[in-house]
Amino acid sequence: MRTKLFSVAVAATATLALAACGGGNGDGGGGGQTGAAGGLKGQGSGESCTISQAVPVGAALSLTGAAGSYGTSQQKGLELAAEQLNAKGGVKYDVKIEDDQTDPRQGITVFEGFVNGGKSIIIGPTLSNTAFQAQPVAQEGKTPVLAISNTAKGITAQGDYIFRDSLTEAQVIPQTVKKAKEKFSLAKVVVMYSNDDAFTKSGFEVFDAALKTEGVQVLETITFSKADTDFRALLTQAKGQSPDAIVVSGLIEAAIPLVTQARELGITVPIIGGNGFNNPKLMADAGEAAEGVVVGAAWNSASANELNAGFIKDFQTKFNAAPDQFAAQAHAGLTLIDHAVRSGCSAERDAIRDGLSKISNVPTVLGDVSINADRDAEHPAVVQVVEGGKFTVLQ
Amino acid sequence: MQQLLNGVFIGSIYALFAIGFTLVFGILDRLNLAHPSVFAVSAFVGIELVAEGGLSVWVTLPILLVVGAVLGLVIERVAFRPLKNRPDAHFAGLISSIALAGMFIALLQWRYGPDTRRFPAGSFPETPIQFAGVSVTVLQVSILLISIALMVGLTWLVARSRLGRGMRAIAENPTAARVLGVNVDRVTAVTFAISSALGAVAGALYAMNVNSAQLGMGAAIELKGLAVIIVGGMGSLPGALIGGLALGLAEVFAVQYIGSSWRDLIAFGLLFLILLVRPQGLFGARKVREV
Repeated sequence: MRTKLFSVAVAATATLALAACGGGNGDGGGGGQTGAAGGLKGQGSGESCTISQAVPVGAALSLTGAAGSYGTSQQKGLELAAEQLNAKGGVKYDVKIEDDQTDPRQGITVFEGFVNGGKSIIIGPTLSNTAFQAQPVAQEGKTPVLAISNTAKGITAQGDYIFRDSLTEAQVIPQTVKKAKEKFSLAKVVVMYSNDDAFTKSGFEVFDAALKTEGVQVLETITFSKADTDFRALLTQAKGQSPDAIVVSGLIEAAIPLVTQARELGITVPIIGGNGFNNPKLMADAGEAAEGVVVGAAWNSASANELNAGFIKDFQTKFNAAPDQFAAQAHAGLTLIDHAVRSGCSAERDAIRDGLSKISNVPTVLGDVSINADRDAEHPAVVQVVEGGKFTVLQ
Repeated sequence: MQQLLNGVFIGSIYALFAIGFTLVFGILDRLNLAHPSVFAVSAFVGIELVAEGGLSVWVTLPILLVVGAVLGLVIERVAFRPLKNRPDAHFAGLISSIALAGMFIALLQWRYGPDTRRFPAGSFPETPIQFAGVSVTVLQVSILLISIALMVGLTWLVARSRLGRGMRAIAENPTAARVLGVNVDRVTAVTFAISSALGAVAGALYAMNVNSAQLGMGAAIELKGLAVIIVGGMGSLPGALIGGLALGLAEVFAVQYIGSSWRDLIAFGLLFLILLVRPQGLFGARKVREV
């Protein structure tokens, strides 16, 4: 479904799709990208690079369906980034955003469209679940993919064309545990997680390992189901152990009733959450009960970094709303792509792939980002605590 | 002690849900699988009334009772009455009620989307009351009281009123009841209405208790409701009450003494044990239907 088409050079995509196959330019998929003369290869390098055609970028985002709120936020981040990069000149971006409807099958269809439609790179999809099913299409078509929100293990292991700029739970959680231990002098905790969901289970494993590393004693591990909504029995059990904190790996759907019921039962210790808790819905729906929840995140909204401050201001002006982590990661994604394109001054698929794999300390709104040998991003994480109804940086 | 109360509160909601279920099952010998969808519908409608309509939860509950009753009439009229003269009416009704449940859920999704919804913060008193090291909320106490009141009312209705006598007559033998001048269609419709009204209140109370309503919430409790009525004894109202409380308590004590991963295994295992000892259920009488 076409939901948004914004471009500076509208004709570019059409020209590309119709042009005859130039051959020898890393085109793997049938009817894939073509290297029209004077097309995607530019002149100069780095800042001075000029490419005559707009770089065709495809973004598969969940604009509707369960992950709709994340996808629309990403859409805004991308729109802002494209606008800023296009204003900068030299290399222009034609970002086409399509809705995967939070449905892996639709995700595959969108990916096929992008691979066969000659996109230089694909951004997305929003959810890891969709990514696992759609990414092989791009890998087979030798089209680079930059994941901007997926945190599950194994996303980039699917192929050497798959990159991501979103930190994994394995990167964020150890920092969260370390910081929380310092701050609250944690000695013993109770761990709760839903054991019937791949994402939260892998989050639990990382928590468990991180707690061991930090020497924090786990008094008890309590499991629940992702469909559970009544946690009183579990929480009463946890309270009986008098822990210094409760560590939870669960999705936002479980997080809200869990936090509410914990406070109701008189549990006042900090609740440390995994990535599922990193959602403004927590404060909106749990209200005061959310106070004191600690959660790690990839984006530090309060960072004094000039780039970041400018991003927040511009985003506020353009959309009349504050950006969230999804918008920031999307914005950083296009920034990284711009860097990769300029480094080789070419928007051909293989050139972008090479450029992405060499990214090291590139300044973005997320901080200085490097891409490691596993094609995963590395940059500092931030530990947040809910205070006064919003996430603030845990100092 | 806290765990005991946790079990009683959740158990009373199971019981309220199961009583609606067993009323139709016990009297009419029909399994109404649209009952769980009424549970979900009322939770969402309740949230809408409170969030958009600005009504207090105490006004919302009686409205939901009516909404549930209307849904019950619809279920009876659409899913059961057209099929009542078929020789396979039991199974046909069961299947058509599943279909109707699917339609209700699809309508809900169309109206509210797939997201989890909640009562707005502060729509009911959340301040816990502390006594003897136990904390309960006003809401939880209200849930228990409302459940008990509805169950007592229903028991009285079935045992003493003219309508109740009609119900029991139909439970014994529909044909004989008709011969004796009982308006079978009317009593059947009213039974469905009462049953669904109870399911509706249970759904709203459940959503308040856990502060979340999902499209699948009915399906999640469906199996528990069936287990409760079978353990309690088919069609037995006190059986459904005791069965609901037993399941609630079994769940919390499984968590406390054995481990949270084993909760469902232990809870349902216990129910099987009860059935081994008393195949007719706790309050069921063999071959005799009672209501």
